[in-house]
Amino acid sequence: MSLVQEPTTRTLVREIDYGTPRSKAEKTVTLSIDGRQISVPEGTSIMRAAMEAGIEIPKLCATDMLEAFGSCRLCLVEIEGRAGTPASCTTPVADGMVVHTKSERLDRIRKGVMELYVSDHPVDTLDRAKHPDVDLLATAAAVGLEDVRYGFDGARHRNPGIDESNPYFSFDPAKCIVCSRCVRACEEVQGTFALTVSGRGFDSIIAAGMDEKFIESECVSCGACVQACPTGSLIEKAVIEQGKPEWSEVTTCGYCGVGCAFKAEMRGDQVVRMVPYKDGKANRGHSCVKGRFAWGYANHKERILKPMLREKITEPWREVSWEEAIARVASEFKRIQAKYGRSSIGAITSSRCTDEETFLVQKLVRAAFGNNNVDTCARVCHSPTGYGLSTTFGTSAGTQDFDSVEHTDVAIVMGANPTDAHPVFASRLKKRLRQGAKLIVIDPRRIDLVRSPHIEAAYHLPILPGTNVAILTALAHVIVTEGLIKEQFVRERCEWDAFQDWAAFVAEERNSPEAVAKATGVPAEDIRGAARLYATGGNGAIYYGLGVTEHSQGSTAVMALANLAMATGNVGRPGVGVNPMRGQNNVQGSCDMGSFPHEFSGYRHIANDAVRAMFEAAWGKTLDNEPGLRINNMLDAACDGSFKALYIQGEDILQSDPNTHHVAAGLAAMECVVSQDLFLNETANYAHVFLPGSTFLEKDGTYINAERRIQLVRKVVEPKAGYADWEITCLISEAMGYPMRYNHPSEIMDEIARLTPTFAGVSFKRIEELGSIQWPCNEKAPEGTPVMHMNGFVRGKGRFMVTEYIATDEKVGPRYPLLLTTGRILSQYNVGAQTRRTANVVWHEEDRLEIHPHDAEERGIRDGDWVKLASRAGETTLRARITERVAPGVIYTTFHHPNTQANVVTTDYADWATSCPEYKVTAVQVSPSNGPTEWQEQYNELVRKSRRVAATVEAAE
Amino acid sequence: MSPDKLVYMANQIGRFFVTQGQEKAAAGTADHIRKFWEPRMRTAIIAHLKAGGAGLDPVVRLALERLPEAKPEAGRQQAPPQ
Repeated sequence: MSLVQEPTTRTLVREIDYGTPRSKAEKTVTLSIDGRQISVPEGTSIMRAAMEAGIEIPKLCATDMLEAFGSCRLCLVEIEGRAGTPASCTTPVADGMVVHTKSERLDRIRKGVMELYVSDHPVDTLDRAKHPDVDLLATAAAVGLEDVRYGFDGARHRNPGIDESNPYFSFDPAKCIVCSRCVRACEEVQGTFALTVSGRGFDSIIAAGMDEKFIESECVSCGACVQACPTGSLIEKAVIEQGKPEWSEVTTCGYCGVGCAFKAEMRGDQVVRMVPYKDGKANRGHSCVKGRFAWGYANHKERILKPMLREKITEPWREVSWEEAIARVASEFKRIQAKYGRSSIGAITSSRCTDEETFLVQKLVRAAFGNNNVDTCARVCHSPTGYGLSTTFGTSAGTQDFDSVEHTDVAIVMGANPTDAHPVFASRLKKRLRQGAKLIVIDPRRIDLVRSPHIEAAYHLPILPGTNVAILTALAHVIVTEGLIKEQFVRERCEWDAFQDWAAFVAEERNSPEAVAKATGVPAEDIRGAARLYATGGNGAIYYGLGVTEHSQGSTAVMALANLAMATGNVGRPGVGVNPMRGQNNVQGSCDMGSFPHEFSGYRHIANDAVRAMFEAAWGKTLDNEPGLRINNMLDAACDGSFKALYIQGEDILQSDPNTHHVAAGLAAMECVVSQDLFLNETANYAHVFLPGSTFLEKDGTYINAERRIQLVRKVVEPKAGYADWEITCLISEAMGYPMRYNHPSEIMDEIARLTPTFAGVSFKRIEELGSIQWPCNEKAPEGTPVMHMNGFVRGKGRFMVTEYIATDEKVGPRYPLLLTTGRILSQYNVGAQTRRTANVVWHEEDRLEIHPHDAEERGIRDGDWVKLASRAGETTLRARITERVAPGVIYTTFHHPNTQANVVTTDYADWATSCPEYKVTAVQVSPSNGPTEWQEQYNELVRKSRRVAATVEAAE
Repeated sequence: MSPDKLVYMANQIGRFFVTQGQEKAAAGTADHIRKFWEPRMRTAIIAHLKAGGAGLDPVVRLALERLPEAKPEAGRQQAPPQ
């Protein structure tokens, strides 16, 4: 079925290193370099100006990801009229300057410098063939060094030995020339400040933390230092083990919603390493530990590579052919529809799969199943963003690109923990904060951004979980009653009547900071200070996460954020906006593609006759005009007996959705559950058919990140189980009597573009030309839209919404006196199906319960003790971590590990508008425990049984 | 579907809109339920309403009475608003 063409030339994608960062000046200056007239922006270094003209000046300590440092003394040049030989990396260009990069004197100096470096290097010859792994010899050859007068057996610098403590890279001090590129990358690019130069002069050496091993230091393993190292002193272990890569393709990371662009560097058909791509507009050449290093799950031994069937979920799996598996899915779905009705089956699209794959699943449901029972994991994360931003602004999308943060003066980060969940964006935000921008953190926990090296929030409002709307309305109260409204903006851009209703509401005394201080747990003065700072501090940008959306009032809180941005005029230009931090790589795309049961791609309601007619004409089918079931409704309907079959592409609802008992009961009540995934995940315990999926390395397609940026995913490895996920959906559809035929995912995108006005200008070819495209992309915006609502809101006038605070019904009481909130950590991703199958487990091998020392002491709990965590929904056990990051009365844990199953305790409470679950507020009790709960023991037994695969019997001849 | 759960969900919706005044709140709640609730959910809550509607907030009752399913000639001819 796959007719994807192999790349004709398999070469390494080489990026030019200009040596120093681009100057953003608008004025240009003209100078002469080696007799050529060159015009560049003012402030550009001579090194960069030369490189832009194709003249490469030798360098070691300079790279364009970092500010110039001027330590290696290799990039020296001569400038007419100036004495000496200045370093070209630290010398800015000037009008009329005449520069020479080559001369006998420069040659001599550069050779002399290189000679000294080499004399201290672990080599006994300049012959590169004898030392293929010593990158410094390439530079030596480039400057023409032919002899080392000092010999190779002189004194060597301090060398405590190779540090192999990090699972992904090693550090060999012998090859280090202390250029400090790694130290500066850790500071300037990543913002962690884990590395330093220890000692002085010949004694100096790179050190992690306080002269610790990398793994023991505060290093977050982002790999920026490895990427920056010019000598291979810091190097990926995979390169040492597998050899240097031979070819590469640019692709998009399959982890979080930042959407980092990477070069997948290959040797044969094996990935050697992932190197962040500098032209990636989301990440600008940076990455985190997950994207750069944690891709080994693709080759993990637990990956399922053959389709499997079983009659009952109590039976072992049986490996079958693709034909048999697909035929079973189709016959079961048809049988069930005949018996229980057209609406008795449905599907869940994956936020980890491509746009094209997601689009096909919802097409399968609407056109082949003949109903609208399709939903996606955004239901349980950012559906309130869709509802809230559509209501106020007119469309479900973050307003900015990530570059926008470079113009931000005051950032509000609410219910998001970017340093863990969106690390590359966090690095970009921290860089801006170090330049002087102010930060307001609204979060129950003292997240790392509140205070970390060279970063300190101006305000941390540690709200009690569940009081978001109260504090946001109080912030609005201050802005309105203290006269901080940007009235001109509101009059020109927003509905004035709705604004007046809203202003009168927020101004009521009951919404004042003083009135809500008790409920929110935040001192009134801090609320007032934060409101004043946001309203008057210059460009104000809001970044928020699931701590805002995953509440009974999630949609209301999103509207409250939009109200604040409109009231202060912080929409429609760089540096401002309302920005949802999307969790999964393609959660934006899966929403855009029409994964919700009530709307087609581009957020158009299925009851819209004109829109539906267009899809009916294109797909040749009459389509249902009634909204379908949402995930939680599907499970309810399953328990009631009216919903019987579910096709789940790349989603583990049993682990990720709330109230595990309820999810399990719903799945168990179905007659045919089809799980398409890489691994036998927790949901597959309840599946009757397992279809082995493909990783992001094994297919072509697109992902859309949190900035609405559409980027290409490129196949570098053949699908290990035989098919890309989009092909599997096509097989099912064909078997059900509705053929969907495409030769390549680009044809699916062409169909999306034909049917979706905001994607009208998108095609694989166009994305390739532009690198990436932010939708809307059509006649009005042929190159896409970096910042939305520039000349008016999508809905016309912005609409203020009254946001009455209604406390959640999930309340603490004597039996359940603590509030649990959940989240994730840096090294693990979502349900952990991928990251738990990588060396990332060294950082997080189990979920821990964070509890304040006061609450712990009251219960006799010590750090590391096993504790029982119980709510009205269920109970589980895990180990405690005592910390002041959480306030007294609030506890926190992650949901990465199935043996903890944090969602056993979360409840059915959900957002009023979208049914997004209230993960962030659960009333619980914590008590010392001796071991696993009954549920955990039963569940482990179920897992053991449901993962059995019957021994394959070879057919007799 | 369990009426208790549907009643809870409908009341939650009503409580958001109720700040807009009785008439707008009923219209807003009805519109929301027509746009986002699958027909069997709407049918179930209308059945509950017709059986006395225990637990439904006043504004939600008003809203539900406006749904096409609540009309005597209830059917699926009438599409929800766009």
